[in-house]
Amino acid sequence: MSIEQLTALEIGRRIAAGEVSSREVTAHFLQRIEGGNARINAFVHVDPERSLQLAEDADRRLAAGELTSPLAGVPIAIKDILCEEGVPTSCGSRMLEGFAPPYTATAVQRLLDAGMVPLGKTNMDEFAMGGSTETSVYGVSRNPWDLERTPGGSSGGAAAVLAAGLAPLSIGSDTGGSVRQPAAFCGVCGLKPTYGRISRYGLVAFASSLDQVGPLAHTIEDIAACLQVLAGHDPRDSTSLAAEVPQYAAQLGRPLKGLKVGVIREHVEHAALDGAIRLAVERGQQQLAGLGAQIVEVHLPHTQYSVATYYLVAPSEASGNLSRYDGVHYGFRQVGSAGAGAASPLDAMISRSRSVGFGEEVKRRIMLGTFALSSGYYDAYYKKGQQVRRLIANDYQTAFEQVDVLLGPVTPTTAFKLGEKSSDPVQMYLCDLFTVGANLAGVPSLSIPAGLDEKGLPLAVQLQAPVLEEPRLLQVAHQMQRAGFFEQKLANDTL
Amino acid sequence: MTTAPYKIVIGLEVHVQLSTESKLFCSCETTFGAPPNTQICPVCLGLPGALPVLNRRAVELAIRTGLALHCEIAPETKWDRKNYFYPDLPKGYQISQFDQPICGPGYLDFPDPERDGESLRVRLIRAHLEEDAGKSMHDEAAGRADSRIDLNRTGTPLLEIVSEPDLRSAPAAKAFLTELRLLLTYLGVSDCNMQEGSLRADANVNLHIDKEGRTLATPIVEVKNLNSFRAVERALNYETQRQYDAWLKTGQEMGQAPKQTRGWDDAAGVTVPQREKEESSDYRYFPDPDLVPLHIAAEQLQSLGQGGGQRLEGLPAALRRELETEHGLKPYDADVIVSQGRGVVEYFQSAVSAGAVAKRVSSWIQQDVLRTLNETGGSIETFPVGAARLAELLQAIETGELDNSRGKDVFQYWLTQGVSELSVAKTALGIASVDRGELEALCRELLDENPKVVEQVREGNLKGLGSLIGAAKKKNPNADPKLVRELCQQLIEAL
Repeated sequence: MSIEQLTALEIGRRIAAGEVSSREVTAHFLQRIEGGNARINAFVHVDPERSLQLAEDADRRLAAGELTSPLAGVPIAIKDILCEEGVPTSCGSRMLEGFAPPYTATAVQRLLDAGMVPLGKTNMDEFAMGGSTETSVYGVSRNPWDLERTPGGSSGGAAAVLAAGLAPLSIGSDTGGSVRQPAAFCGVCGLKPTYGRISRYGLVAFASSLDQVGPLAHTIEDIAACLQVLAGHDPRDSTSLAAEVPQYAAQLGRPLKGLKVGVIREHVEHAALDGAIRLAVERGQQQLAGLGAQIVEVHLPHTQYSVATYYLVAPSEASGNLSRYDGVHYGFRQVGSAGAGAASPLDAMISRSRSVGFGEEVKRRIMLGTFALSSGYYDAYYKKGQQVRRLIANDYQTAFEQVDVLLGPVTPTTAFKLGEKSSDPVQMYLCDLFTVGANLAGVPSLSIPAGLDEKGLPLAVQLQAPVLEEPRLLQVAHQMQRAGFFEQKLANDTL
Repeated sequence: MTTAPYKIVIGLEVHVQLSTESKLFCSCETTFGAPPNTQICPVCLGLPGALPVLNRRAVELAIRTGLALHCEIAPETKWDRKNYFYPDLPKGYQISQFDQPICGPGYLDFPDPERDGESLRVRLIRAHLEEDAGKSMHDEAAGRADSRIDLNRTGTPLLEIVSEPDLRSAPAAKAFLTELRLLLTYLGVSDCNMQEGSLRADANVNLHIDKEGRTLATPIVEVKNLNSFRAVERALNYETQRQYDAWLKTGQEMGQAPKQTRGWDDAAGVTVPQREKEESSDYRYFPDPDLVPLHIAAEQLQSLGQGGGQRLEGLPAALRRELETEHGLKPYDADVIVSQGRGVVEYFQSAVSAGAVAKRVSSWIQQDVLRTLNETGGSIETFPVGAARLAELLQAIETGELDNSRGKDVFQYWLTQGVSELSVAKTALGIASVDRGELEALCRELLDENPKVVEQVREGNLKGLGSLIGAAKKKNPNADPKLVRELCQQLIEAL
């Protein structure tokens, strides 16, 4: 079996056992990237020398007994939204083209501390705003299962590199589904942990109250191991949770007998839901029942407002978060004569830098957020959005008083064709229907594969649990994987 | 001076830089005068992904100040983003407090500058914490469009104290600020150095004009750049006249013209219009999702208020009262001593409790101690003549052991030769008591030598006695001037 077909933990085990070195593994994946990345455009920045250097460091530290993580020495792909000192971090934007931060994100630092080896930066929608990785300054990424289709987004590159076997593990970020939706489109697992479980320090902000770093992998055990490395309180992030980090692998083997699973009626009965995905959810129900779980129907009655709410809250926060890109201190700058409405050459410079440096979707959301926060509109939009967000969170709370986990779809459809929705933002936004709720409520949520549809495209289902109940979420998913609900599978259409 | 046909109405906004070691949301130093851009980090630079973490010390200082200003301290306070673009604001927003300031309504009493012994009260609307912006330096002198930005100050904690428009004169505004600065200095929350920008005041000014039995208000003008107490008084006097003249010319009332911002040009002695902020200043405030709301526990308030939730003790107003009522000082003298700061007050208190008479201590502090400190630039804490030593000297004067002028000789001797036992100084200066017979002989001698003076005194002109005293001191430095005067007068009358 070739290395890319192994799980991350198996690779880690072999490295720890001395059967293979981190350097050899890293070189293997770098070689696969060199051969396979051009077709899917999933990595946007790779520095083989640096990765090999880090792998050698890991080998040395392993030999010295300094590393204890089962993922020590294992390569990992990093979404282009996480800062790494001296490494280009551009968020898929012209605005940050060539920007190399002078500091490292806490999440990445934790990976490095554990002896994991960053392979490079993966492509994404500009500033994580999108669901198809079509708005990146680096061009579109392609779905390894069908190169005419999107790998999803915004963490499209992060999911595609797994499906193509270019990396054994990857981390992305999820603001409204940006880990789970690409995971679903590419046939891999993707976790959005509880808000605050993983530090956001060094994660370039899109919508601060929704953003969360999350791992993508082929197996739930890999997800659990990676989460173990990433999770924990960070004094540099005021919103990171102080709660103790459990042993995520410990509960995976526990049987599901007596567990109550709620199927979200508003999701499975939604008119936009693809039939094959509905069937996948049903198959999940049956399997969970077979594993001893009790299946009940639950309601998230404010589901119909979730997309609208999300598209008020997220752009509002984004409009503030992206104000720092003004061409003054770093990043893209465009000077020129003062245009209409510019009070001074300075205003003109800021205005031009932002007009040219940001893409259409980013500008659309900045304008949306600016409008929602404006005097006279604040109450009707931003404030109303916050109120409905509370109602949506209450829906989850009520549901979790009845059941232990929620089951439903991740996306209304399987991976759509490139260009299919890029001219219609509302159609694109509606794809977030089933995923944004978890971000608005702050609960952990997991996308797992559910086989392929008749076109050979990956299907997926979504599991959600109460705040900080990642162990339960991972336990359910792992039991399903073990019972054959899905298996590690690379797309055929690769090397 | 005739009574003006109008009343000036002034409200102040005071920005106080709190004396924390590090900035409000990062651990950078706040020392003034460091080379540009050396006290910076990813957080205060607003780099992508960097996050703010609250400095608890700043909160403590804000609460201490609030308690001393009789403010209600909010049990829960939060942080808001104030959005605007400016090159010295690297995030594109300032973290401030919008609708839940840490300190609610309060007041400050201060000596009325126009009525001795009376006091004025200004009500305070609120005091909130916020981060400072950086400094832009426009090098226009060089004839180039060359601006430089120093971000050392970015993120420095400020407490913005906002008053009701309760002030009715420029001297009152100056007196209010003087008292506020004194209070802040006593609290140790700020060094209040106006030159370094640690205390900055903006004034909102307009006039209430009596016209044909009704009172009308002129448009409110915000006057900025008041960076000395003198500037406050001058600018307000100027602005009063300017607004009255403008009203005579235009007849414009409040509501008929937008609120204007003017800057004080100290050299020219005028206020000049400043660039209007973006139309009606829509800062699009919204809660900063990177920070969590702050809960202030009752116990914390108690410990910061030094016991029982009481207001802080030993502050200027209370000390003035103590000096007036317990020690019998006149309001003017009490104010002079209290205005010198806690060190001088403690010096006064120690000298009095060591047995010296309060009024004499007050007079010696004002005339001798403070003058010496002014001349040498020293501080009371390191003043060579300690309170106990001064008390010993003043007691000796009180008992007639030596006269006042010889007392001053001892004081000077101590300052120049080093402090010693009083007896040592007396011996060194040849101070000995002169018996009455000896002194009478000396006076007769003087009268013989100064027949003109004798003549003058006999005609009722007592001025000449002064010169006799001078002459007596020359003959015998230990001659008691009071006694010399008495004896000479008696002797002349007896002639």
